[in-house]
Amino acid sequence: MIAHGVIFYLFAIITVFAATMVIFSRNPVHSVLFLILAFFNSAGLFILIGAEFLAIILVVVYVGAVAVLFLFVVMMLNVAQQKNQWFASEASSGHIPVGLIISVIIFFELIIVIGGWKYKPDLFDINNSVNNFSISNTHSLGQVLYTDYIHVFQLSGMILLVAMIGAIVLTFRKRTGVKTQSYLKQISRERAEGVEVLEVENNKGVKIDD
Amino acid sequence: MTEIGLGHYLTLGAVIFSIGIIGIFLNRKNIIVILMSIELILLAVNINLVAFSIFLGDLAGQVFTLFILTVAAAEAAIGLAIIVVYYRNSGTIRVEEIDKLKG
Repeated sequence: MIAHGVIFYLFAIITVFAATMVIFSRNPVHSVLFLILAFFNSAGLFILIGAEFLAIILVVVYVGAVAVLFLFVVMMLNVAQQKNQWFASEASSGHIPVGLIISVIIFFELIIVIGGWKYKPDLFDINNSVNNFSISNTHSLGQVLYTDYIHVFQLSGMILLVAMIGAIVLTFRKRTGVKTQSYLKQISRERAEGVEVLEVENNKGVKIDD
Repeated sequence: MTEIGLGHYLTLGAVIFSIGIIGIFLNRKNIIVILMSIELILLAVNINLVAFSIFLGDLAGQVFTLFILTVAAAEAAIGLAIIVVYYRNSGTIRVEEIDKLKG
Protein backbone atom coordinates (compact mmCIF):
# COMPACT_ATOMS: atom_id res chain seq x y z
CA MET A 1 0.00 0.00 0.00
CA ILE A 2 2.94 2.31 0.62
CA ALA A 3 4.25 1.64 -2.88
CA HIS A 4 0.79 2.33 -4.26
CA GLY A 5 0.70 5.75 -2.59
CA VAL A 6 4.22 6.62 -3.67
CA ILE A 7 3.51 5.70 -7.28
CA PHE A 8 0.24 7.60 -7.23
CA TYR A 9 1.89 10.76 -5.94
CA LEU A 10 4.74 10.41 -8.45
CA PHE A 11 2.36 10.15 -11.41
CA ALA A 12 0.03 12.82 -10.05
CA ILE A 13 2.80 15.35 -9.42
CA ILE A 14 4.31 14.81 -12.85
CA THR A 15 0.85 15.12 -14.44
CA VAL A 16 0.12 18.40 -12.66
CA PHE A 17 3.57 19.74 -13.49
CA ALA A 18 3.16 18.81 -17.15
CA ALA A 19 -0.31 20.37 -17.28
CA THR A 20 1.06 23.57 -15.78
CA MET A 21 3.86 23.64 -18.29
CA VAL A 22 1.37 23.15 -21.14
CA ILE A 23 -0.24 26.40 -20.05
CA PHE A 24 2.84 28.43 -19.19
CA SER A 25 5.30 27.28 -21.82
CA ARG A 26 6.26 29.96 -24.30
CA ASN A 27 6.97 27.69 -27.19
CA PRO A 28 3.90 25.84 -28.54
CA VAL A 29 6.05 22.84 -29.47
CA HIS A 30 7.07 22.51 -25.83
CA SER A 31 3.39 22.78 -24.89
CA VAL A 32 2.54 19.83 -27.12
CA LEU A 33 5.40 17.79 -25.69
CA PHE A 34 4.29 18.52 -22.13
CA LEU A 35 0.75 17.55 -23.15
CA ILE A 36 2.15 14.20 -24.26
CA LEU A 37 3.90 13.87 -20.89
CA ALA A 38 0.65 14.60 -19.07
CA PHE A 39 -1.18 11.96 -21.10
CA PHE A 40 1.51 9.37 -20.45
CA ASN A 41 1.35 9.94 -16.71
CA SER A 42 -2.44 9.82 -16.75
CA ALA A 43 -2.14 6.48 -18.53
CA GLY A 44 0.12 5.38 -15.70
CA LEU A 45 -2.53 6.45 -13.21
CA PHE A 46 -5.15 4.49 -15.12
CA ILE A 47 -2.99 1.37 -15.01
CA LEU A 48 -2.45 1.96 -11.29
CA ILE A 49 -6.16 2.16 -10.65
CA GLY A 50 -6.90 -0.91 -12.76
CA ALA A 51 -8.23 0.42 -16.05
CA GLU A 52 -5.60 -1.00 -18.36
CA PHE A 53 -7.60 -0.80 -21.57
CA LEU A 54 -8.26 2.91 -21.16
CA ALA A 55 -4.60 3.48 -20.39
CA ILE A 56 -3.59 1.85 -23.65
CA ILE A 57 -6.32 3.72 -25.53
CA LEU A 58 -5.11 6.97 -23.98
CA VAL A 59 -1.59 6.35 -25.21
CA VAL A 60 -2.66 5.13 -28.64
CA VAL A 61 -5.32 7.72 -29.39
CA TYR A 62 -3.98 10.77 -27.61
CA VAL A 63 -0.24 10.40 -27.86
CA GLY A 64 -0.32 8.55 -31.15
CA ALA A 65 -2.92 10.57 -32.99
CA VAL A 66 -4.11 13.76 -31.34
CA ALA A 67 -0.82 15.03 -29.95
CA VAL A 68 0.98 14.27 -33.19
CA LEU A 69 -1.80 16.12 -35.02
CA PHE A 70 -1.22 19.09 -32.71
CA LEU A 71 2.50 18.86 -33.39
CA PHE A 72 1.92 18.81 -37.15
CA VAL A 73 -0.32 21.86 -37.01
CA VAL A 74 2.00 23.80 -34.70
CA MET A 75 4.93 23.19 -36.99
CA MET A 76 2.94 23.74 -40.18
CA LEU A 77 1.57 27.10 -39.07
CA ASN A 78 5.05 28.33 -38.23
CA VAL A 79 3.98 29.83 -34.94
CA ALA A 80 6.91 28.36 -33.06
CA GLN A 81 8.90 31.45 -33.90
CA GLN A 82 6.36 33.72 -32.27
CA LYS A 83 7.71 33.17 -28.81
CA ASN A 84 7.71 36.76 -27.78
CA GLN A 85 6.25 38.03 -24.56
CA TRP A 86 3.75 35.85 -22.81
CA PHE A 87 1.10 38.39 -21.94
CA ALA A 88 0.86 39.85 -25.38
CA SER A 89 -0.12 43.41 -24.55
CA GLU A 90 -0.79 45.19 -21.32
CA ALA A 91 -3.91 46.82 -22.66
CA SER A 92 -5.75 43.57 -23.22
CA SER A 93 -4.67 41.86 -20.01
CA GLY A 94 -7.66 42.99 -17.97
CA HIS A 95 -9.25 39.56 -17.89
CA ILE A 96 -6.21 37.78 -16.48
CA PRO A 97 -7.22 38.37 -12.83
CA VAL A 98 -10.78 37.49 -13.78
CA GLY A 99 -9.61 34.18 -15.21
CA LEU A 100 -7.51 33.46 -12.13
CA ILE A 101 -10.41 34.25 -9.82
CA ILE A 102 -12.83 32.10 -11.79
CA SER A 103 -10.51 29.10 -11.90
CA VAL A 104 -9.65 29.37 -8.21
CA ILE A 105 -13.36 29.56 -7.37
CA ILE A 106 -14.10 26.51 -9.50
CA PHE A 107 -11.20 24.64 -7.90
CA PHE A 108 -12.39 25.32 -4.36
CA GLU A 109 -15.96 24.45 -5.26
CA LEU A 110 -14.77 21.10 -6.57
CA ILE A 111 -12.70 20.54 -3.43
CA ILE A 112 -15.71 21.38 -1.26
CA VAL A 113 -17.84 18.93 -3.21
CA ILE A 114 -15.22 16.20 -2.88
CA GLY A 115 -14.47 16.84 0.78
CA GLY A 116 -18.02 17.27 1.95
CA TRP A 117 -19.37 14.20 0.30
CA LYS A 118 -20.16 11.21 2.47
CA TYR A 119 -20.56 7.93 0.68
CA LYS A 120 -23.26 5.54 1.60
CA PRO A 121 -21.49 2.41 2.80
CA ASP A 122 -23.50 0.13 0.55
CA LEU A 123 -22.57 2.22 -2.50
CA PHE A 124 -19.27 0.49 -2.98
CA ASP A 125 -20.44 -2.98 -3.84
CA ILE A 126 -23.70 -2.63 -5.66
CA ASN A 127 -22.66 -4.58 -8.71
CA ASN A 128 -19.04 -5.44 -8.60
CA SER A 129 -18.55 -5.83 -12.32
CA VAL A 130 -15.19 -4.05 -12.23
CA ASN A 131 -13.51 -5.99 -9.50
CA ASN A 132 -14.24 -9.31 -11.07
CA PHE A 133 -10.69 -10.59 -11.34
CA SER A 134 -11.49 -13.73 -13.28
CA ILE A 135 -11.66 -11.81 -16.56
CA SER A 136 -9.47 -8.93 -17.64
CA ASN A 137 -10.48 -5.30 -17.80
CA THR A 138 -10.53 -5.34 -21.60
CA HIS A 139 -12.68 -8.44 -21.62
CA SER A 140 -15.28 -7.06 -19.25
CA LEU A 141 -15.30 -3.70 -21.05
CA GLY A 142 -15.92 -5.47 -24.34
CA GLN A 143 -18.76 -7.46 -22.84
CA VAL A 144 -20.48 -4.23 -21.87
CA LEU A 145 -19.51 -2.12 -24.86
CA TYR A 146 -20.79 -4.38 -27.59
CA THR A 147 -24.04 -5.30 -25.89
CA ASP A 148 -25.49 -2.59 -23.69
CA TYR A 149 -23.83 0.35 -25.40
CA ILE A 150 -23.87 -0.85 -29.00
CA HIS A 151 -25.93 2.05 -30.29
CA VAL A 152 -23.73 4.64 -28.62
CA PHE A 153 -20.73 2.79 -29.99
CA GLN A 154 -22.08 2.99 -33.54
CA LEU A 155 -22.90 6.64 -32.99
CA SER A 156 -19.33 7.38 -31.94
CA GLY A 157 -18.18 5.76 -35.16
CA MET A 158 -20.48 8.09 -37.07
CA ILE A 159 -19.03 11.05 -35.17
CA LEU A 160 -15.54 10.03 -36.21
CA LEU A 161 -16.66 9.69 -39.83
CA VAL A 162 -18.25 13.13 -39.78
CA ALA A 163 -15.15 14.61 -38.19
CA MET A 164 -12.92 13.03 -40.82
CA ILE A 165 -15.03 14.25 -43.73
CA GLY A 166 -15.37 17.68 -42.11
CA ALA A 167 -11.64 18.07 -41.63
CA ILE A 168 -10.96 17.04 -45.21
CA VAL A 169 -13.60 19.39 -46.61
CA LEU A 170 -12.39 22.28 -44.46
CA THR A 171 -8.75 22.03 -45.40
CA PHE A 172 -9.19 21.04 -49.04
CA ARG A 173 -8.39 23.77 -51.51
CA LYS A 174 -8.11 24.04 -55.24
CA ARG A 175 -4.97 25.93 -56.11
CA THR A 176 -5.29 28.45 -58.90
CA GLY A 177 -2.48 29.07 -61.33
CA VAL A 178 -1.06 25.58 -61.14
CA LYS A 179 -0.57 23.85 -64.46
CA THR A 180 -1.97 20.38 -64.16
CA GLN A 181 -2.93 17.86 -66.78
CA SER A 182 -6.60 17.19 -67.27
CA TYR A 183 -6.90 13.75 -68.76
CA LEU A 184 -10.58 14.22 -69.51
CA LYS A 185 -9.84 17.33 -71.52
CA GLN A 186 -6.98 15.66 -73.33
CA ILE A 187 -8.87 12.55 -74.27
CA SER A 188 -12.08 14.27 -75.27
CA ARG A 189 -10.39 16.56 -77.77
CA GLU A 190 -11.76 16.40 -81.25
CA ARG A 191 -9.75 16.76 -84.39
CA ALA A 192 -11.78 19.70 -85.55
CA GLU A 193 -10.84 21.92 -82.61
CA GLY A 194 -7.15 21.05 -82.67
CA VAL A 195 -6.15 20.99 -86.32
CA GLU A 196 -6.83 23.51 -89.00
CA VAL A 197 -5.83 23.14 -92.61
CA LEU A 198 -4.75 26.40 -94.18
CA GLU A 199 -3.89 27.37 -97.67
CA VAL A 200 -0.53 29.05 -97.31
CA GLU A 201 0.37 31.58 -99.92
CA ASN A 202 3.82 31.69 -101.30
CA ASN A 203 6.35 33.82 -99.37
CA LYS A 204 3.82 34.79 -96.73
CA GLY A 205 3.87 32.47 -93.71
CA VAL A 206 1.04 31.81 -91.31
CA LYS A 207 0.06 33.92 -88.34
CA ILE A 208 -0.74 31.49 -85.57
CA ASP A 209 -1.98 33.59 -82.68
CA ASP A 210 -4.85 35.67 -83.86
CA MET B 1 -2.75 9.40 3.88
CA THR B 2 -1.01 6.48 2.27
CA GLU B 3 -4.33 4.85 1.46
CA ILE B 4 -5.13 6.16 -1.97
CA GLY B 5 -8.87 6.49 -2.30
CA LEU B 6 -11.46 8.09 -4.49
CA GLY B 7 -10.81 11.53 -3.03
CA HIS B 8 -7.21 11.57 -4.21
CA TYR B 9 -8.19 10.93 -7.80
CA LEU B 10 -11.01 13.46 -7.65
CA THR B 11 -8.65 16.07 -6.25
CA LEU B 12 -6.18 15.39 -9.05
CA GLY B 13 -9.01 15.78 -11.54
CA ALA B 14 -10.02 19.08 -9.94
CA VAL B 15 -6.46 20.38 -10.11
CA ILE B 16 -6.07 19.51 -13.79
CA PHE B 17 -9.50 20.95 -14.56
CA SER B 18 -8.56 24.24 -12.90
CA ILE B 19 -5.25 24.35 -14.76
CA GLY B 20 -7.15 23.91 -18.01
CA ILE B 21 -9.50 26.77 -17.17
CA ILE B 22 -6.55 29.00 -16.24
CA GLY B 23 -5.03 28.15 -19.60
CA ILE B 24 -8.16 29.14 -21.48
CA PHE B 25 -8.39 32.48 -19.71
CA LEU B 26 -4.76 33.47 -19.56
CA ASN B 27 -3.59 32.58 -23.01
CA ARG B 28 -3.40 35.56 -25.31
CA LYS B 29 -0.91 34.32 -27.83
CA ASN B 30 -1.83 31.14 -29.49
CA ILE B 31 -5.20 29.58 -30.06
CA ILE B 32 -3.68 26.09 -30.35
CA VAL B 33 -2.77 26.26 -26.66
CA ILE B 34 -6.44 26.94 -25.92
CA LEU B 35 -7.30 23.71 -27.74
CA MET B 36 -4.70 21.96 -25.62
CA SER B 37 -6.33 23.40 -22.50
CA ILE B 38 -9.62 21.90 -23.62
CA GLU B 39 -7.85 18.56 -23.99
CA LEU B 40 -6.57 18.94 -20.43
CA ILE B 41 -10.10 19.60 -19.17
CA LEU B 42 -11.35 16.49 -20.95
CA LEU B 43 -8.48 14.54 -19.42
CA ALA B 44 -9.55 15.70 -15.95
CA VAL B 45 -13.10 14.57 -16.67
CA ASN B 46 -11.77 11.20 -17.81
CA ILE B 47 -9.76 10.79 -14.61
CA ASN B 48 -12.89 11.52 -12.57
CA LEU B 49 -15.00 9.06 -14.54
CA VAL B 50 -12.45 6.28 -14.33
CA ALA B 51 -11.96 6.82 -10.60
CA PHE B 52 -15.69 6.66 -9.97
CA SER B 53 -15.98 3.62 -12.21
CA ILE B 54 -13.31 1.71 -10.32
CA PHE B 55 -14.22 2.73 -6.79
CA LEU B 56 -17.97 2.36 -7.20
CA GLY B 57 -17.69 -0.85 -9.17
CA ASP B 58 -19.59 0.05 -12.29
CA LEU B 59 -18.15 -0.28 -15.77
CA ALA B 60 -20.32 2.46 -17.27
CA GLY B 61 -17.79 5.10 -16.30
CA GLN B 62 -15.06 3.48 -18.35
CA VAL B 63 -17.40 3.12 -21.32
CA PHE B 64 -18.24 6.80 -21.07
CA THR B 65 -14.53 7.62 -20.91
CA LEU B 66 -14.11 5.73 -24.16
CA PHE B 67 -16.79 7.85 -25.81
CA ILE B 68 -15.29 11.05 -24.41
CA LEU B 69 -11.98 10.03 -25.95
CA THR B 70 -13.71 9.54 -29.29
CA VAL B 71 -15.45 12.89 -29.21
CA ALA B 72 -12.26 14.62 -28.05
CA ALA B 73 -10.34 13.18 -30.98
CA ALA B 74 -13.03 14.36 -33.41
CA GLU B 75 -13.11 17.78 -31.77
CA ALA B 76 -9.34 18.14 -32.00
CA ALA B 77 -9.38 17.21 -35.69
CA ILE B 78 -12.15 19.68 -36.55
CA GLY B 79 -10.66 22.45 -34.39
CA LEU B 80 -7.23 22.10 -35.90
CA ALA B 81 -8.73 22.08 -39.41
CA ILE B 82 -10.57 25.31 -38.64
CA ILE B 83 -7.36 26.84 -37.29
CA VAL B 84 -5.45 25.82 -40.41
CA VAL B 85 -8.11 27.39 -42.66
CA TYR B 86 -8.16 30.55 -40.56
CA TYR B 87 -4.38 30.82 -40.66
CA ARG B 88 -4.45 30.39 -44.42
CA ASN B 89 -7.00 33.16 -44.81
CA SER B 90 -5.76 35.72 -42.30
CA GLY B 91 -2.13 34.85 -41.63
CA THR B 92 -2.36 34.88 -37.86
CA ILE B 93 -3.73 32.77 -35.03
CA ARG B 94 -2.93 35.17 -32.22
CA VAL B 95 -5.95 35.24 -29.98
CA GLU B 96 -6.13 39.00 -29.61
CA GLU B 97 -6.00 39.55 -33.36
CA ILE B 98 -8.92 37.26 -34.06
CA ASP B 99 -11.55 39.95 -33.76
CA LYS B 100 -13.38 39.82 -37.05
CA LEU B 101 -16.72 39.43 -35.32
CA LYS B 102 -16.00 42.38 -32.98
CA GLY B 103 -17.14 40.40 -29.98
